[in-house]
Amino acid sequence: MPDLGAYRFTKTHEWVRDEDGGEVVVGITDHAQSQLGDVIFLELPKVGGPVASGARFGAVESVKAASDLFSPVSGEVVAVNEDLASSPELVNSDPQGAGWLIRVRTAEALPADLLDAAAYDAFAAADAH
Amino acid sequence: MSEELNRVPLDARHRASGGHMVGFAGFSMPLHYGSIRDEHEAVRQRCGLFDVSHMGEVLVRGSGALDFLQRLVTNDVAKLEPGRALYTVMCHPDGGIVDDLLVYQDADGYMCVVNAARHDPDLAWMRENLGADVELTDVSAQTALLAVQGPAAPEVVQRLSPGQELGSIRYYHHRPGQVAGSRARISRTGYTGEDGFELYVDAAAADGLWTALLEAGSGAGLVPAGLGARDTLRLEAGFRLYGQDMDEGTDPYSAGLGWVVKPAKGAFNGDRALAERAERSPRVLVGLRLGPREIPRHGHPIFRDGEEVGTVTSGSYGFSVGAGLAMGYVDRASSTPGTELRVQLHADPDRWAAAPVSALPFYKRPGS
Repeated sequence: MPDLGAYRFTKTHEWVRDEDGGEVVVGITDHAQSQLGDVIFLELPKVGGPVASGARFGAVESVKAASDLFSPVSGEVVAVNEDLASSPELVNSDPQGAGWLIRVRTAEALPADLLDAAAYDAFAAADAH
Repeated sequence: MSEELNRVPLDARHRASGGHMVGFAGFSMPLHYGSIRDEHEAVRQRCGLFDVSHMGEVLVRGSGALDFLQRLVTNDVAKLEPGRALYTVMCHPDGGIVDDLLVYQDADGYMCVVNAARHDPDLAWMRENLGADVELTDVSAQTALLAVQGPAAPEVVQRLSPGQELGSIRYYHHRPGQVAGSRARISRTGYTGEDGFELYVDAAAADGLWTALLEAGSGAGLVPAGLGARDTLRLEAGFRLYGQDMDEGTDPYSAGLGWVVKPAKGAFNGDRALAERAERSPRVLVGLRLGPREIPRHGHPIFRDGEEVGTVTSGSYGFSVGAGLAMGYVDRASSTPGTELRVQLHADPDRWAAAPVSALPFYKRPGS
């Protein structure tokens, strides 16, 4: 398990990790992948495209359901996880590591309304039931 | 908002095994234990163990039992003999399907196996149609049902049935016997498209049988499997699910189940309505095969040349086929295999997935 102190979380179950140098990495949480079940494929934006805080940037489709992805930050996509095209199951096996989704260059600080790990865990536990 | 769910006899065992429990047909049931994909593939390649004790079992006894069943269901129960089983539907007088069910014949009568979600309306309908000299006994609560499915299923069940030769039980046949020391109805049936057995035992024996099967199957790669894998397996195998692919508003002909309607057997509920509907239903059930990155879902609209011609009733991803799969109802004129239809995926409303009509089943096990 990566050091969760470096992560912030959305109430739509994405995580964001500040990579310094004005870039962040975005993925979905362990709670989200566990609720979704086996990921079949992901619809992700193209490198160079814009993402906006709180706006849809793609979708994850599992055997159970299709679920929209919402960006925690505004900026430009500088990389997408190409491994997911052939191995979408990385989102299940390592959602906060090898199963990352996109890398974004952003000029802004992380929005203040994102949750830290403890607050997100409490939120997810309440969401689960 | 969550009403009290019934618990199956193995409830504690599912929870201890990490079962992700969900409400289904009024029961708390395991959707999956780990990965639905892994459970699906275990059943296709090795063996899976399902608890489907939510299903309803009703004994039909008495000298009037055969007459009662012949009027109740559409298939010909007179073709049965002790040791055989029959798939059928029962219909309202207007031809709408009350439920689909299995009928087993025993030496001393019959047993009907009905969908959990239809247990109460089925029982009411059966009582309403009760004839002379028939006795119905609802044994659902005291009966557990474990399905052992997959190519390794016969050897696993055989290991727990010493002195009994299970290989001679053919598809849609059954026999009373002993499995892991418990009295069981050993039935060569299933809902996965694989070989295997369904074992009906006393609820009190469920725990011992479950544990014994897990142990006997461990070398063969048997894993517990939940309703999630059961759904993807049955969709690939082309089995309809009551409540999705048929209901009181559909008749067996439109559901592609005309083969279970036997007009020549004599009078039965719905016979006149069905005689008029045979091969003339305006909408019929078809299979649709999509691409590997297109997953249709219940309720998605189906189009032909820009015109809406139907709706998806079951949709998911077929792990063994490697494609999104659906069953749905479309206009009869658009139901021929190969017809180029499109499904509008809600996940991506701008994308209209090509969905050619595909003959069912999508998956056939090797050698079948």
